[in-house]
Amino acid sequence: MIHVTEVLDSGVYDAQGNYVGRVRELCLVPAEQSNRIARLVISRGRYQPLVARYDQVASIAPGTVRLNTGELQLRPYEPDEGWLTVRKDLLDQQIIDIHGRKVVRVNDVDLVEQATDGRMELRVAQVDVGLVGAMRRLLKGVVAPGWIRLLQKRLPTRVIPWEFVDVIETDPLRRVKLKLEHSKLARLHPADIADIIEELAPAEREAVIQTLDSETAAEALGEVQGDLQVRILEGLDKEHAASLLEQMPPDEAADVLAGLPAATAREVLEDMDRQEARELVELLRFEENTAGGLMTPELFAASETTTVAGAATTLRETEVGVDSLDTVYLLNEQNVLSGAVPVGRLLRATPETPLGRLRTEQLVFVDTEAKERQVVDLFDKYNLRSLPVVDAEQKLVGIITVDDIVNRLWQAHR
Amino acid sequence: MAGAPLKSRLAPLLEQRRLRALRRRLLVLFAVIGPGLITSNVDNDAGGIYTYSLAGAQFGYLLLWTLIPMTLILYVTEEMTARMGVVTGKGLSDLIREEFGFRITFFLMLAVLAVALGNILAEFAGVAASLELFGVSRYVSVPAAAVAVWLLVVRGTSKSVEKIFLTICVFYLTYVFSAFLAKPDWLTAAYHTLRPTIEWRSNYLLLLLALVGSTVAPWQFFYLQSAMVEKRVPRDRYWETRADVLVGSVSCMVIVFFIMVCCAATLHLAGRTDIRDAAEAAEALRPLAGPYASALFAFGLLNASLFAASILPLSTAFVICEGLGVEAGVDKSFREAPVFYWLYTALIVVGAGLILLPGTPLVRLMVLSQVVNGFLLPVVLIFMLVLVNRADLMGEWRNSWGFNAVAWATVGVMIVLTLALVYLGLTGARVSLTPGAE
Repeated sequence: MIHVTEVLDSGVYDAQGNYVGRVRELCLVPAEQSNRIARLVISRGRYQPLVARYDQVASIAPGTVRLNTGELQLRPYEPDEGWLTVRKDLLDQQIIDIHGRKVVRVNDVDLVEQATDGRMELRVAQVDVGLVGAMRRLLKGVVAPGWIRLLQKRLPTRVIPWEFVDVIETDPLRRVKLKLEHSKLARLHPADIADIIEELAPAEREAVIQTLDSETAAEALGEVQGDLQVRILEGLDKEHAASLLEQMPPDEAADVLAGLPAATAREVLEDMDRQEARELVELLRFEENTAGGLMTPELFAASETTTVAGAATTLRETEVGVDSLDTVYLLNEQNVLSGAVPVGRLLRATPETPLGRLRTEQLVFVDTEAKERQVVDLFDKYNLRSLPVVDAEQKLVGIITVDDIVNRLWQAHR
Repeated sequence: MAGAPLKSRLAPLLEQRRLRALRRRLLVLFAVIGPGLITSNVDNDAGGIYTYSLAGAQFGYLLLWTLIPMTLILYVTEEMTARMGVVTGKGLSDLIREEFGFRITFFLMLAVLAVALGNILAEFAGVAASLELFGVSRYVSVPAAAVAVWLLVVRGTSKSVEKIFLTICVFYLTYVFSAFLAKPDWLTAAYHTLRPTIEWRSNYLLLLLALVGSTVAPWQFFYLQSAMVEKRVPRDRYWETRADVLVGSVSCMVIVFFIMVCCAATLHLAGRTDIRDAAEAAEALRPLAGPYASALFAFGLLNASLFAASILPLSTAFVICEGLGVEAGVDKSFREAPVFYWLYTALIVVGAGLILLPGTPLVRLMVLSQVVNGFLLPVVLIFMLVLVNRADLMGEWRNSWGFNAVAWATVGVMIVLTLALVYLGLTGARVSLTPGAE
C-alpha cells in the first residue's frame, strides 16, 4: 500500500535516471478505467508541466518515480475535464460514503501497486478519512517517512473502499465526462439519502438530486426537513420540480408548495399533471395544523356490498400507494363514509363475504377542521394506523396515516 | 378544461397560506434576526466590558468617537463571512480546508483553540467576580456556571438554546439603565461621539488598540458563518442576513456606548482610573451612582460572561471538528461525535478549573491568548478576503471593487493595530485586559 501524500511532490526520473520534475497531480481517467492512476502531471518549475501516461511509468516508491522512457516522449500538460484529479478533486473535499451513509472529508487516498510486464500501475484502493491520513498530511516533509510509517501502525484507521465512494461534482457536463452517476447512492434508503442531502451545501445537494432518477429523488425529498425541501425545489428548473412534486405524497407536496413563493408555486403547478395539480390545490385550502392539512387524498374506498374477492381485484390494480392501503374505507349509497376494514381482515375472510360485514365495530373519523391535538389524541386512544377525514357532508376526503403523526410528534418534541 | 378556474382559485389560496406562514414567522421574529445579533453581542464579553469601562474611567467621553469606525469595521468583516455562508452553504473552516489544505487548517484550528481557551478563562473569571459582588463564593458560582453551560448545550434542544440566547441579548439593556442612573452629560457624550480626538499619550493609544482588539475576534467569523449555513437563508433573501448583521453591529456598539458613558460620568469624574477588572468598575459605581446602577452593572457583567461562556466552547469545538472533518453537532450522540463532545467538555472544565486553581498564572495565560489572537486575526482576515473574491466560489456575490477597497483598508488597519497590540503586550506596556484575574 502506498499513499497519495507520499507520491505527491516526489521526484520524477527518466529511463536514464535524469531528473525530470516533481509529481504535481495524480489523475484517473474514468472513461478508460475506473480506479487506475492513469496520468501523472509533472511540474518543472517555470517550464510547462508534462504528463506521463500510466504505461510510461516503471516504478513508484515514496519520494521517487521512475519512468521507462525519456523526457521527450512525454506530452505537455493540458487540463482535461474528463480527468479526476486526486489532489484537487479528492483531497480535503467532501465525498459520500455509501457504505456508512454519510458525508465525509478526504484526508488521504490509499493506492495499491500492481506490477505488469516491467511496469508498475497504481490503483486507487480506498479513501482515508481518519486520523492516520490526517497525521500523514500534517507530518509530511517534517518527520522522516520511516517514522511516519511507524507511527501510523499505532493509530486506528478509518477508510472507505473506493467502490463505496461517491464523488460529488456540481458541473453536470463534467459529471458525464467523469462517468459519475449516483447509481450506488440510489440504492440507499430514501431516508438515508435525505440525511446525506441535508449535510451538503446547496450546489452539491442540487447536483445529487439531479443525478438521481426522479422516483428516488422524490422519495428522498419527501424525507428531507421541510424548509430544506422548499430550498431544493426553488433551485431546480420548473419541469423537474413539477415531476418531483407529482411523485411525492400529495400531503407533503402541498406543504412544500405552500412554502414556495406564490409565483414559483404557480409555475410549478402549471407544469404538473392537471389532475394532480387540482388535488394539491384542494389540499392547500386547509390550515397546516388541522386534519385537512395533515391528510393525504390518496386512499382506497369501496362500497359496502363489494365482496372480498372484488375488493382484492381492485386492490391489485389500484395506483394508490402501498402506504395508504392498510385499511379499506366503506361508502354507503350516498357516498358517505360508513365503515373501515383493516386489510388484514380481508386476508382472513372468505372471498364471497361482503365488505360491510367485516367492518370494525367502532368507526373513528374526524372533520377536516379538527385540530392537530385532537387528531393525535385519537391516534393514541384508539391505537390507529390511519384515520379517515370527512368534510361537512360526511364525504370521505382523505386519510391521515400514522407516519405523519410520528413525524409531527417528533418535530414538536425537538 | 378547468385551466382558468384552477389558476384563479389558486392565487388567493396561496396568498392565504403565505399569510398564515408569515404570521407564524412574525411570532418568532428572531428567526430572521438571530446569528448576527448573537455574534456581535458575544463580543461584549467580560474582557470587552472591562476595556470599555477602563476607556470611560480613564478618558471620560474622549474615546467615544471610536464607536462609529468600529461599527463599520465590525459590519464590513461580519458581512463578508455571513455572505460566504449564505452563498456557498459551507462553514469558514470548511472553505479554508478545501482551498488551503489540511496543514494550514490544522495550525489555524490550534490557534483558534488557544485563543478560545483564553477567552473562556476570562468569561469564567467574569462570572466569579460579578457574583462575588453579590456575596457568592467563586467556589460555588464557577462550578455551577460550568455545569449549567454544559447541560444547556448537551441536554438542551437547539430551538430552546437559541431562545435562551436571544433572551440573554435583551439583558444587555441593563447597561443602558445603569448609564441613565449615572446621570451623564449627554450633550458632551454626543459631541465626542461625532468628533474624533487623538491624544498622543501612550495610555490613550493603548486603549484605542485594546478597544479595536476586543471588538473583532477571529472566532466570531467562524461562528457567524456556520450559523448562517445552519439557518439555510436562501440567496434571494440575503438582505435579511445583511440586516441581521447590521442590527447586530450597531446594537453591540450602542451597548458599548452606554458602558463607556456610564463609567465616564462616574468613575472618570471621581478620578477612579485604577480599576483592575469589570467587577471592580461595578463596585466603584456604588458610592457614585447608587446601589442600583452598581447592581445592574454587575448583573450585566454576569449576563455577558455567562453568555459568552455558553457560546465560545460550543462554537470552538464545532469549528475545529468541522475543519478537521470530524463529526460534530449537538444533535449527534456522544458515540457519534466523541471528539466534539470531549473537546467541548474539556474547554469548559479547563476554563472553569483554572479559575479555581490557586496559583494559576491567569494574567499571563490571557496575555498569551491575546498574542495568539493577534497573529490569528490577520491570517483569518486575509483568508476571508481571498475566499470572498474567488469567482468559482462566490460568482456574482464577490466583493465589488468599492467594497474590496473598504474591506482591504479595514483589514489593513486591523492588522496594524493588532500587531501593535501584540508588540506592546510582549514588551509589557499593555493595559491590563484581564478581568477578575487576581
